[in-house]
Amino acid sequence: MSGSSIFVFIFAMWILIIIGGGISVLILAPIEISGYGEFALIISSAIKAVVSIGLVVAWIFILSKVKNWIFRSQLKV
Amino acid sequence: MQHQIIAAIIVSSIAFFSVFVITPFLIKALEKRNSVVKDYHRKGGAMVARPGGPSLIVGILISGIVLYAFFPKTEIIAILTTTALAFFVGLVDDKKVMGGWFKPLALAATAIPILLLGAYDSDLSFPLFGDVKIPLLYLGVVVIMISITGNTINSIDVLNGVASGFMVIAGSALTISLIILQNYEVAIASLMLVFVSLAFYKYHKFPSKIFPGDSGALTLGAMYGAIAIVGQVEVVAAIALGPAIINSFLFLSSMKRIVEHREIKAKPVSLTEDFKLKATSDKDASVTLVRLILAGGRPLTEKEIGYVIFRLTIFSGILAIITAFMMEISL
Repeated sequence: MSGSSIFVFIFAMWILIIIGGGISVLILAPIEISGYGEFALIISSAIKAVVSIGLVVAWIFILSKVKNWIFRSQLKV
Repeated sequence: MQHQIIAAIIVSSIAFFSVFVITPFLIKALEKRNSVVKDYHRKGGAMVARPGGPSLIVGILISGIVLYAFFPKTEIIAILTTTALAFFVGLVDDKKVMGGWFKPLALAATAIPILLLGAYDSDLSFPLFGDVKIPLLYLGVVVIMISITGNTINSIDVLNGVASGFMVIAGSALTISLIILQNYEVAIASLMLVFVSLAFYKYHKFPSKIFPGDSGALTLGAMYGAIAIVGQVEVVAAIALGPAIINSFLFLSSMKRIVEHREIKAKPVSLTEDFKLKATSDKDASVTLVRLILAGGRPLTEKEIGYVIFRLTIFSGILAIITAFMMEISL
């Protein structure tokens, strides 16, 4: 069937989103900074932003590897 | 609950029939003004009216105002304002060819009404694992979400009927998910999106009588993103968009930069003598969803490729609905 490997890729992407979401909650949720008064929220948000960007980069890297593996024959077009 | 059902029926009917009735007049008006583009994939290269965005935005605004009369909530105003702004961004791009960065940046600005009206919850919900509080970071999520949804729908608008048909399926999955999560008012707004897309599909399906253009595609995409944010179903919405996200992901990872399709000379697909599409072997061409569907297989008609994309979208939609159920479970 046309595009059958794309179904596999969509499923892999879904699994990665579920796992990535779980990791985000486990890593980002506990980050709380105290002792800096009104700047605490900004500092904790900045740390969360840096960690989030790192997670997104890692997610895209993994997805890219999965893409190359699933579409190894098609990408030789 | 009865109130919501009545509102859903009335709003959906207005959304559907307004676009269904207005679009033929828009087609005639566009043809009269010679606002037409060549459909290169069709035998004889028919001239097709463009853009269809005006009929979509009229349908959305009329039905949206009726929805607001039923439920006077700022969330509905936020969805409508963002959608209207995205329509104008698209209209500018329809009238004047803008650079590759214009749409992502301008679409990001259309998210401002959601932020100003405070029509969002800064807790990002994930299936099985619960919420994560990101009060400041979430502002960035709002801006990026609208930009991504608008552009992904625009990038999948490459074949007759695909953008509108895709939105019918993805929007339906989003509506069902919102109902599962008992967010009924936003579910009706999502239903509105489904019905305007369905009415437009009648004229956009193969052989197209009208193309949505940037104004149409960005309107649908930005509205989808706004509903996802206001309805707190960002992750579910992203999953339902699966094939469109893959298309953008493949395109960006092959091009390694943000660039307009029209700026790329190498073609990812070509036409056979019997007007079927086949993947090219050009190494400089972008990798797209359509190229991937055709790679290694026989050439397909535009209609057949459209149906493959719809099957992929149904699959993504089912995964999105499963995800919505998983939102109710916490490990």
